Order: sequence, then C-alpha cells, then structure tokens
Amino acid sequence: MKRIYVKENRCLGCRLCEWECMYANSGLDAMFKLKGKQGEILPRIRVEDNPEDIHFAVNCRHCKQAICVKSCIAGALSKTDEGMVVIDKNKCVGCFTCVLVCPYGAIMPAADGKAAQKCMLCTDNDRGEPNCVKYCPNGAIVFEEGDL
Amino acid sequence: MFKSNPQWDNAPFEGEVKIPSGCAVSAIIDRGGRPMTGEKVIRSIATMHDRSNGLGGGFAGYGIYPDYKEYYAFHLFYNDFQAKKETEDFLLRHFEIVYSSEMKTRKVKSIVNEPLIYRYFLSPLSKRLANSLLDEERYVVKCVNAINAGIDGAFVFSSGKNMGIFKGVGYPEDIGKFYLLDEEYEGYAWTAHGRYPTNTPGWWGGAHPFGLLDYSIVHNGEISSYDANRRYIEMYGYKCTLQTDTEVITYVIDYLIRVKKLTLQEVAKVISASFWSTIEEKSEEDRREETFLRKAFPSLLITGPFSIIFGFNGGIMALNDRLKLRSMVCAEKGDLAFISSEECGIRVIEPELDKIFSPAGGQPVIYTLKEGRV
Amino acid sequence: MNIYIPPEYEVVRDGSRCIECRVCERQCANEVHKYDGDLKMMISDSTKCVNCHRCVCLCPTHALKIVKSEDTYRQNSNWGAQTMNEVYRQANSGGVLLSSMGNPNDYPVYFNKILVNASQVTNPSIDPLREPMETQVFLGKKEVEIKRDISGRIVDTLSPQLSLKMPVMFSAMSYGSISYNAHEALARAAEELGIYYNTGEGGLHKDFYKYGKNTIVQVASGRFGVHAQYLEAAAAIEIKMGQGAKPGIGGHLPGMKISDDVSRTRMIPKGVDAISPAPHHDIYSIEDLRQLIYTLKEATDYKKPIIVKVAAVHNVAAIASGIARSGADIIAIDGFRGGSGATPTRIRDNVGIPIELALAQVDERLRQEGIRENVSIVVAGSIHSSADVVKAIALGADACYIGTAALLALGCHLCRSCHTGKCNWGIATQRPDLVKRLNPDIGYKRLVNLLTAWNHEIQEMMGGMGINSIEALRSNRLMLRGVGLNETELRILGIHHAGESM
Repeated sequence: MKRIYVKENRCLGCRLCEWECMYANSGLDAMFKLKGKQGEILPRIRVEDNPEDIHFAVNCRHCKQAICVKSCIAGALSKTDEGMVVIDKNKCVGCFTCVLVCPYGAIMPAADGKAAQKCMLCTDNDRGEPNCVKYCPNGAIVFEEGDL
Repeated sequence: MFKSNPQWDNAPFEGEVKIPSGCAVSAIIDRGGRPMTGEKVIRSIATMHDRSNGLGGGFAGYGIYPDYKEYYAFHLFYNDFQAKKETEDFLLRHFEIVYSSEMKTRKVKSIVNEPLIYRYFLSPLSKRLANSLLDEERYVVKCVNAINAGIDGAFVFSSGKNMGIFKGVGYPEDIGKFYLLDEEYEGYAWTAHGRYPTNTPGWWGGAHPFGLLDYSIVHNGEISSYDANRRYIEMYGYKCTLQTDTEVITYVIDYLIRVKKLTLQEVAKVISASFWSTIEEKSEEDRREETFLRKAFPSLLITGPFSIIFGFNGGIMALNDRLKLRSMVCAEKGDLAFISSEECGIRVIEPELDKIFSPAGGQPVIYTLKEGRV
Repeated sequence: MNIYIPPEYEVVRDGSRCIECRVCERQCANEVHKYDGDLKMMISDSTKCVNCHRCVCLCPTHALKIVKSEDTYRQNSNWGAQTMNEVYRQANSGGVLLSSMGNPNDYPVYFNKILVNASQVTNPSIDPLREPMETQVFLGKKEVEIKRDISGRIVDTLSPQLSLKMPVMFSAMSYGSISYNAHEALARAAEELGIYYNTGEGGLHKDFYKYGKNTIVQVASGRFGVHAQYLEAAAAIEIKMGQGAKPGIGGHLPGMKISDDVSRTRMIPKGVDAISPAPHHDIYSIEDLRQLIYTLKEATDYKKPIIVKVAAVHNVAAIASGIARSGADIIAIDGFRGGSGATPTRIRDNVGIPIELALAQVDERLRQEGIRENVSIVVAGSIHSSADVVKAIALGADACYIGTAALLALGCHLCRSCHTGKCNWGIATQRPDLVKRLNPDIGYKRLVNLLTAWNHEIQEMMGGMGINSIEALRSNRLMLRGVGLNETELRILGIHHAGESM
C-alpha cells in the first residue's frame, strides 16, 4: 500500500506538516482560522528534532503486525484490507493502551482527551491526499508504495 | 539607374532594400550536347505566366557562344553613354576586347525604358593579371565588382565563358522575345526565371538569373537565413550589394565549390542539410560526412522556402529547401532533362516523358553533359 | 558612533491571520522573527531582514509581507537614501562595500529594446509541433581545411566541439559560493538537458566527477582546485580572465563559507578568506594567454575545447580578436549585469558595458577580420528569458550562459546577500542546516523544466521567423529591429530601427 515516508536528509524541521495536518483535520475552511485554537486540535504528525540539527517528521507507519490493533481493548483499532490502521472514534473508550504500546509514538490522545487519534492518510477528512505531503516545502515527506 | 517606370522614381533601388518575391523557374538541358534555341524554355516559363507579375524575367543559356568560348562574355547595362565610355575605358585597361557589339534586341510592346545593353568578349591582360597576384577567375570577378560598385550607371549582369544571361523588367516570355532568344542563340542548356516581387522599383539589374562567371542561379523563394548567410560569406571577400537571396546563394555555392572544393552533392548537404534526426538514421559513413559538413559550415545552411536551379558550364542542378516549401518538378525524356516549378511547364514542351518526379526537400538533382560533350 | 541606519524594507505581519506556527522563525537564518512568550505573539526585527522572501513563501496563512519602508530621509533627488546609507556604513566600518548578484541599477536593458521578426505571406512560418525544429548547437572552432581520404570521402578534421541540445548552459558558479546541493542540481540538470554546467573557480567535488561529460571546469587566477584529474574529468576547460560583475578584480570567497568540504575541493585552508588575484600572474598579455591555452591543450591531449571568459569592457572587440587568434576555441563574454557571489559594490555597479553591445561589436569585429569561425561566442550577463536567447543568437552569439535565471529556478529571490553566507534558500551558503533547504531532487527538475520551457519558446520564435535550425538564426541581424534606440546604439548593435523594412 501507499504509505507516508519521511526523508530525514531533506526534513528541515519547519513543522509546516504539523500545521497542515491540524488544518486538514480541523474542518475549517481557511487556515488562519486555526488562530487561537492551539490545544483544541492536535497534529497527528510530529517533527522530532535533536541538537545535531536532525529533524524527522513521525506519523503512523501502518505496521504490518500492528501492535496497537492487538492491544485495543474496545475493538476501535483495526486494519483495512489494504493495510491501513484505522481508528473508530465512537468505539474508542480512551484507555490509551495504544498510545503506550506504539513504538513510534504515532498515536496520541485527541485534544478532548476522550479518544485516541492517529494519521489515517487524510482519508477521514475532505483532503483525499495527505496534506502534510502536499505542502512539505522540501519534498521531505512522500506518499508512495513501499515496504516498511 | 534603369528604373523601368518613372512612377517608381521615389521607390528605393534593389540593394537599398530587401524585396521578398515569389517566382517561377524552369530549365532544360540536352545531355547529348545538341544545341537548341531558347524557344522551348520561353514556352515553358510562359505557361507559368501567373507565377510572375511582369516585374522581372530572365534567362541563362549555356553553350551559346561556341565561337568565343575561350573568352569571358560580359553583358552590360548602361544608363547612358557617359557610363559606357567610362566602363569601356576600364575594360581596356584590364582586358583585351576581342569583340564587342550592342546587344541585338527587338522591340516588344510591353518592354519599356530599357537601358543601353552591350556585349563584350574579353581576355584578361596577361601583365595586369600577373601583377594582381590573383588567379584568372578572381581577377575577372574583381573587375566585375569594380564596375558594378564603382561606375555609376553601369552594371555587368553576365560574365561567364560560353554562356550568357539575358534579363530585364517584364514578363519572361516578353524578355525572351526582346533578346531574340528564340532565334539568335543556340545552347545545350537554358534556365529561365519569372519574378513576382512584392514591391519593386523595376530595376533591370535586379531581375534574375544572378550570375557569377559561368555560375547562374534562378531561385523561387524567400530564405529566412539570409543575413546569417550574408554575414558569413562576406567574411570571404564577397559583397552582397543587391540584397537578394539569389545573390547570396550564388556566392555560397561559389565559395563551397571554388574555394572549399566541395562536390555539388556535398554542397547540397551544406545548404539544404538533412535534419539531425534524419542524419542519425543514415549509414555510418554518410552520418560522419553529413555531421561534419553541418558542424563545419553551420552558417551556410539555408532555411526558409527555396527552389533553385543552379547553372554551370556542363550542367544544371535543381535543389529545394529541406522542408520542400516550394514546388519543383524534374523530368527526363531521352537526353533531354527538365526542371520546372510546375509540371505544366514541362508538359507544354514535352507531353510524353520517360520519367517525371518531384525531388524531396534537400535532395539535389544534377544533370550534366555526357562525357566528352560541350 | 555606530549610527542607526533605518531598514529599507519592513516586515509586515497581519496579526489576524498569524497562527503563531513559528515557521517563519525557524526558517529565517537572519533571526528576524521571534515568538514572544510574554506577549503571546510573533514579533519581527526588520533591521535584520534582507528581503529574501523565505518567510513570506512559507507562511501557511499568508500573514506576512515585506514592504518598502515609508520611513524616509528628507527627499533629495541627488542624494538618495541608498547613497546616504552607504556613506554611513562606510563611515562606520572603514571598509569596501560588498554586494552580490548582478548590477541592479537603472541602466538600459537593450534586449528589451529589440524586437524579433515573423513571417507573413511571402514566406511560411513553421510549426514546431508538426515539423522538426533544431536547437542543437556545436561550440568550437569551425574554420577547417577540407581533407579527403583515398576514396575521396571527406575526413573529419574539426577541432574538438561541445555539443549542446539547446543553446543555453549554466554559467560558472563555484562550489563554495554556492552549495553542494545547488551544484548537484545544476550537474544533474545539465546531464538530463544535454548541456553543460560550469564549476567556476571552486574545483570539482569528488562526488560530481561522474557528471564530467556535462561539466566545464574553470581555471581561474587563484588556480583553486586545479589538478590533472580535474582537467581530465571535464568536457571543456574555461580560462577565466574576467567576470562581468567585477571586471578587473579577482574573486573573494569569505572564510565562513569555506567548510571542510570546500577547503578539500579547492585545496585551500579552511575558514580563511579565499582571494584569487586580479590578473592571472602568468598572463600579463595576449601571448601569455596563448601559452596557457596550449599548456591546457597539451595537458589534455588536444581533446577538449578551451574557453576564454572575459568581462565585457570598452575594448572587448579587440580583446576578443586577440583571443580568437590565440588558439581558444570558444570566447565567453560576460556583460556588466553578470552575477557574483561576492563583489565590491562600486565595481559591480560602475564597471563594464552591456552584453548586447559587447556581443554585437565582437561578432562584427571578428567578421571584419574574417576570423569569426575561429571561435564560438557564448554570452552571459543577464539573459532573462528565451527571448533574450533568441535575440543574443540573432546578434551573433552561438549560445548563452545563464546564472541568475538558474538560481531563480532553484528558489533564489535576489535578496543579493550571498556574501553573508546565510542564504535562506540553501543556495549561496555552506551552513548544513541551510544547504538542506535546497532539495536537489526538486531543484534539478525545476532547472530542467525552466530550460525545457525556454527551448519550446525558442522553437516557437524560430518557427515564426520561418527558421527551422538555430544555425540559420545566428548573426541573422535582419531578424531584429530596435525600438527607442538612437543612431549610435543602432549602429553598434548593427540593426535597423523598427519600421524600417529589410
């Protein structure tokens, strides 16, 4: 399946992807309306940095053996036929076991604290294609076929 | 000088401006060397009357002066007798004049304002020639240029051996009659030209063919590479005073043949070169040769529409631009070979042909006398 | 007294659009933007801004713009603000003013006063979508004696030639003045386009030897990075005698741009200013140049064309004539608008002549002397578009070099601060975090796009003129007309005024 990959040597750490993710999943019709909404909505992609000027945007890897799916006590996490790991917010009970077990830290509690959230490749919003990929200014985030 | 119609007195001369023109061309050669009058070629060009507009016509005949074939035959236009005198003084200083006469013409109703037209058979003065440190041909060309550029009201329009150019302002068939080509002259090859200039002062010297020694060119087209070709060729001692395509094409061919010693086939590959993509597909030997010629003479590539007939002692060559943007047909019947802008120009003089074809763009068609004939 | 010089440009932030994402802060190497925790808002320091537009381009909500400051000294047509600021700066520093990129001042751009012809009625235009339209050129000496083998076939006796799929190359920009990623983008683009890029005087990074077939290496007065393998790797060798942005002086690469890698490639110490001499100290005259040309030819077995690059100066026609007789295969002429990674402002803004005039004069002079075919001519110094390429070729050039246009394609916004080494676009910098901003995968594709587009446009214009091969356009000055030019300018350019017929 097509997954989001990040090229560490191209990632600038500008964090535009985080904001584009928030915007894509905000339901807002203009990005500037995110103003003052920090905390009300959280990105599903996070840029990790280290002091040696290494940056790396991290989001769900859609693991083949997805430990989060196995750990979910409510059946909210599942894998689609293509292999994408999806979460059903309505089934999620907010136990956050998945947050604890994800080796990448790619699942996190949503801003309201009631359910977990994760990247679903912008299939759960009106974008159709991953917004972080589209707006990365340096081509560091790509959406392509590949093995993990 | 030689403006045919006073109403154009304010219009610029040929050479002062560049005049695009469409045209008709035609040629006939007897490869067996049998002489014929200009009657056939006149009929051929007359058939294509609508391709000319009465503002220029002309002919070149090869093998027409067998009695004087060792001598350069100069044809001259004079505005007046003053110019004639000055020119003859010049000729006497540089040549032995073997024979001279006024050009024989007949009155044709549509031909008006003709200049004085004279003919001279010349041999360079040997001492003068030796002192010039030039070869004989360069010496003659230099003298032609000196007259054309230096003597007001005089113009040499033909200067080859055993050949002659006849031209003027009018429809070509009328010009042919004017010069009595249908009865006075017999040659083994004839070329003809009818001109359709977009504007013109109607200058006799500006009519075609354009000649340089025995080379003559008739041309239909308007080349887009003109200034690139001109600025190149002017580096090598040529001076394009008439600003016509025909003039520059003549010089280009002269340079490639006389100076660079290329064959006619090779000349065609320079001035009407194949596209690189076509060259890629050729045999290795051809590819190497054509690549070399294009790389060595890029500025002599001629673009834009042209169909030319190049006349020389012993033959004629037809050549189209690489895209074939002007019509031209070739045909053969026994020893006779024909070239014409349109098929009708051939059928009118020879309805039954052995072979008729339309050469591809850039493909030269060369007809020469059989061995041993001239 | 360190006098305060008010900034020429101001950063304007639309507070109602700013979402405090801090992208601008992270992307500005000049540290203009900052999030103020107390005020809980972004603040900007315009005095540090060089107006490179990196923040403007990356701001996701378009909350930023840079505007010309309305702050003004008392109006004075004689003493402009820039002139006054320069006096203040020099009074403060005691130093020579440094600038980058080409001369930005209001001198005439002759290309913009030249119009191109097209066919109507008497001669058909040619449609490049349907007919072949050749833009391939060969650079090198064309003058040749025809020789034949025993069978009478012509033997190829031509001097070595460069083969270009289109008449444009990337001009000399050294590794050091521009980044590794910029060089990689140029090299890969040159390879894909079938043209050449030029190392400048910065040597050739070991990673780029594989692009040698599309590389012109430069031998400049500092001889940085020149060694046998370097010459051997290249398709052609360029002797740099001068540069349009700084005729008469040498190069200056500030020490901060000399990283480990640059130092290794140039074979010079790290961190110390690299200053190449004004002249070549082994070339004080034309006969010395001849010696260097033949030295390089000997070193490379006469297999590579030698280019001699000069700045367009008043006497350029005579200089070119000398070069054409000294064994060079190609002359590159760089006009006074040509770019630079670092150059004294006064030189850049006041020395040299326009490339259009220099080209016209060089071409004409070489023709008058009958030696035009001894060399090819490549021109540089603000070729803005495909139209400029067409006009340059019709004036007499064989090909053009582009520098600034290529950098613009890579993202440069002409802030003219290359010499500070803090290029926010990752081009004119060696700082790893900044270099990273130019992704060569994207950059090379943009260069390919730019020149592919230009090539299409060149073909369209040629087709309009009824010319289907670029060699028939070269020196075809009848295809050009001047507008608003005086008699002298027209005479120098060798073209008629618009309205005059052929």
